[in-house]
Amino acid sequence: MSAAQWRKAMNFSAATREWSGGRATPPAVLRARSGSTQPPARETPLLTLLWRQVSVAHIVVLLALLLYPLVATPFFTFQIGAQALALGLIALSLTFLAGYGGMLSLAQMTVAGIAGYAVAIFATSGTSEISLGWPWWLAVLMALVIAVLCATFIGWLSVRTEGIYTIMITLAIGVAFFYLAQQNYAVFNGFQGFQKVVPPELLGFYWRDPVPFYYLALFWALAGYFFVAYLIRAPFGIALQGVRDNARRMSALGFNPTAHRIAAYAVAGLIAAIGGVLMVWYNGLITPGSVGTSWLINILIIAVLGGMRHPIGPFLGAIVFVLLQNFAVDLVDRERFNLLIGVVFLAIVLFSPDGLLGWWSYLQARVKRTGGQSQARRSATPKSGS
Amino acid sequence: MTSFKARLLGTVVGVAVAATFAFGASAQETIKIGVLATLEGPFAAGGQDGMRGADLAVKERNGMVAGKKIELLKASSDAKPDVAVNATRKLVEQDKVQIMVGPLSGSEGIAVKDYSKTQPGVTFINGSSGAQATTLVNPSPNFFRFNSEGAQWMVGVGEYALKTKGYKKMALIAEDYAFPYSQVQGFMAEYCRLGGKMTQKLWVPLGSKDYSSVIARIPPDVDALLIVLGGSDAVNFLTQYEQAGGDKPMVGGSITVDQTVLNFRGKRRESLLGTVSAGPIADAYDGAEWKKFVADYKTNFKDGFPSPSLFAYVYYVNMKAALDALDQVQGDLSGGQAKYREALAKMTLKTPTGDVKLDENRQAIASTFITEVAKAPDGQFYNKVVTKKDNVDQYLGMSKADFEKMGLGSRDVPNCP
Amino acid sequence: MTRFWKWFWGLVAGVPIAVFIVWALADNARLFLVTTLNGLTLAALYFLVASGFTLVFGLLRNVNLAHGSLYLLGAYIGWVLGDWSDSWLLAVAGGFVSAALFGLLLQVGVFRFMQGQDLRQTMATIGLSIILADVMLWIWGGQIYQFDPPRWIVGSTTLPIVGKFPTYRLILFATSAVIGIVLWWFLNRTRVGMMIRAGVDDRAMLSASGVNVQVVFAITFAIGAGLAGFAGVVGGTALSIAPGEDTRYLLASLVVVIVGGMGSVVGAAHGALLIGLAEQFGLAYAPTYGIVFTFVVMTLVLAFRPQGILGRRS
Repeated sequence: MSAAQWRKAMNFSAATREWSGGRATPPAVLRARSGSTQPPARETPLLTLLWRQVSVAHIVVLLALLLYPLVATPFFTFQIGAQALALGLIALSLTFLAGYGGMLSLAQMTVAGIAGYAVAIFATSGTSEISLGWPWWLAVLMALVIAVLCATFIGWLSVRTEGIYTIMITLAIGVAFFYLAQQNYAVFNGFQGFQKVVPPELLGFYWRDPVPFYYLALFWALAGYFFVAYLIRAPFGIALQGVRDNARRMSALGFNPTAHRIAAYAVAGLIAAIGGVLMVWYNGLITPGSVGTSWLINILIIAVLGGMRHPIGPFLGAIVFVLLQNFAVDLVDRERFNLLIGVVFLAIVLFSPDGLLGWWSYLQARVKRTGGQSQARRSATPKSGS
Repeated sequence: MTSFKARLLGTVVGVAVAATFAFGASAQETIKIGVLATLEGPFAAGGQDGMRGADLAVKERNGMVAGKKIELLKASSDAKPDVAVNATRKLVEQDKVQIMVGPLSGSEGIAVKDYSKTQPGVTFINGSSGAQATTLVNPSPNFFRFNSEGAQWMVGVGEYALKTKGYKKMALIAEDYAFPYSQVQGFMAEYCRLGGKMTQKLWVPLGSKDYSSVIARIPPDVDALLIVLGGSDAVNFLTQYEQAGGDKPMVGGSITVDQTVLNFRGKRRESLLGTVSAGPIADAYDGAEWKKFVADYKTNFKDGFPSPSLFAYVYYVNMKAALDALDQVQGDLSGGQAKYREALAKMTLKTPTGDVKLDENRQAIASTFITEVAKAPDGQFYNKVVTKKDNVDQYLGMSKADFEKMGLGSRDVPNCP
Repeated sequence: MTRFWKWFWGLVAGVPIAVFIVWALADNARLFLVTTLNGLTLAALYFLVASGFTLVFGLLRNVNLAHGSLYLLGAYIGWVLGDWSDSWLLAVAGGFVSAALFGLLLQVGVFRFMQGQDLRQTMATIGLSIILADVMLWIWGGQIYQFDPPRWIVGSTTLPIVGKFPTYRLILFATSAVIGIVLWWFLNRTRVGMMIRAGVDDRAMLSASGVNVQVVFAITFAIGAGLAGFAGVVGGTALSIAPGEDTRYLLASLVVVIVGGMGSVVGAAHGALLIGLAEQFGLAYAPTYGIVFTFVVMTLVLAFRPQGILGRRS
């Protein structure tokens, strides 16, 4: 069944966004727009679709991203730019699951950590008793496969829960994995973790140097972004949003909501795994602390900060988070970084649940409204007398 | 907001931001030294004291060295290696410090050592991290450690416990991670060799506060317990042990009966009296230099501990080394800091507890104090000195070959049930 | 679940446990009994902390992830009061009252405006917990704080077979039992309790029958937070207070409440028993992976019986 037929069946009208039955509209935090004013993907050639999407803003941003290392210092390229892109990728997986799938999973960093640990275990690291020393490409492949399998397993466990319960079960899984990694020395090397986990030297570049690593992270971030942007308009993504909004109806239409959700977990797991490999290469190490509660919550903060309505949200959130993390010490007392992050997060939740994106559209709407008002005022002729 | 206002605001903000970053490239007559300690999380109290130690070393020289002004840039971590490396990277690459002092905890130290290999132009000096592997496994040519590490801190206690106190059979309760492993190795290497028996090793997962079950597993026929726990875990254990009716004498690790534990806010536990321990400092050491150091600490830091803690002292020693070497080369950091590093590697550092020299891995050969907990007339608990061992090296008095055969400390190394 | 399957799963779980008990008693009876007692007393503490959490969730549908921070806040303020007045009982009262007041403030000032938006409330509590944790670290530093209870509380009692056992843990168990009974009485025998129970079942009807629902919510949240603060002082006397305790007790409350059933105080008691015993037995007989086991239990319960052992599907 194509997306258009589905929409018709659900009585969902793109223009009016009215629902003729079923549940009330989901809360603002999880509502995501999929640009449904566009015709569905299958009926238009991909290139035409892409061409219609591209605007001046997109080209400017892309150019800025590509030229960034030329103007920024190595520190900014590596610690700010590349780290934001890698973290944004992991948060993107959360945005995909939560914004479009309605499943707020705190275990995305766990999946990323599993991929990171797998890379450390299969490739070379400072702990030669455990690391197997396989070639890097094989290690990365194994890491992705294992991480996706784990993500599927996590999805299978969490699929029957919803809302708060999903948060709790994924938090429990994340914490269980943290303790497992901390206590087990045979596989995870316990508290020490793995050091010296670095990308290889390839094609004449050492891929952990700031500029090559930045481009590597940028490539995968763009790939993830476009993949998600495409997926949410493809039948799979639209069906996923349908499952989010009314699983019973979807089931009556012949879809299998449970399978769909688990598949969404797997897809999100793949994205998080790529982000995890990038993060372990960025840090050059992985320890249980990298998958502890504070990092699980940090990914949530990044996703909420940016806004869960659009795939660009997590990257915006990641940039703000990384900037705060590095430069808050210069603005406030050096120890009070957590306080600052907490206040910013609380402010976003209280006043702008759609994060930075919501705030941005609010500003845009205000500008348009005042512009429209002043225009109306100018065009209206004042009546004299009564 | 009109577009003119928006542009003006944007320009002002942009200039302000640029100015903050440009400000980083400051005058040539200052030497920038970065200091990293854990100011967040469970080691926060230790980290704060470490900063005090570093500050004291700078204050001693009135903020100047070799005619140049010292600029200290401080950063904080939360005992996680990735956070420590990020903070160090910011200090080194963004704030352009020339010398880096830190970090505080063991696993952070290993991560910062690995990072130091990628920054050959900056000299890294340890803060208080005490993992063996930092200088024994893949040492870095520009990472210097002027404090002894966890295993070295326990050299001499094994013999004292067995021969002087007569503890022939002991049980171990320690936290399950690298630092206690090294402390246990330092104790047991000697203790086992001299014929002592450690019949039961109880490794407690990090973060557990409830030791009741562990206490129930202590074999009743041991002469004493070796306790290697730190901070609030030590406090909890001692309280629970006493309440469970335990009365065996104890041998403590270096952070088990240090100032942070002896001075927790609450009632003192009498059961602590007589506990043997060892470490790089002893509160009641008689040396003139040490007394002066303690007096300086007390005058300068009214909000500090009654006596400087292990962290304050070790950060002080490392910062002093950095500054003394700078003095020796007249502040010459040119040529990839080659002269400076040579000065660091060859110097004999005069510290309040004796002389410190570096071995071939740039690891300190220093003194260790063996102490017992006693009560001062004013009711405060302190560690009185039993004996002082000098020239303790990282091979724990064994030959290099023997030590390598034994390997680094772990759950099962060494073993003598 | 049919009777056959109930018996089946009962046997699958029960037989290994029975075998284990017999082995443990034969191997080292004292250790087994001490561990059981420890588990019961730890369960008592967990019940105290978790009962407030489950009460708030049951009525307000608010998963208060700042519950651990309230625990720690009550503990610190209680400590300050106890230190100033040299009275441990005042510290206990202070812990309860201060946390209750703070909880009231949170409910009236923040959560009241987010009624119905569960996810948003949860995220607000996450933000609050981060802020509170850092502010407490700022004010009270990273040091360890211990309480100073009266001598007779912190001695040892001699029990048969077990030998010396900390008196305080027995008192903790008794206190918990008393609080449990008081709570039960409050919920089942008073008007306000009746309103709370009605609200748990059907909030709209409660409002429709003329009750000022916001006042009931505020009282409930205050009681829930107060219980956390009370547990903070009482628990902090057994195991000291330090930064990081908030996360630990939050996770413990979550596990207990999930296993026992969200919204049910009796369920919290059952969950606390199960988790307290599991944790202590894990620490005593399999220390390396004991903690993992607790969270695995929580995950399995959430996956296969999300309403908990005694909860109701809402």
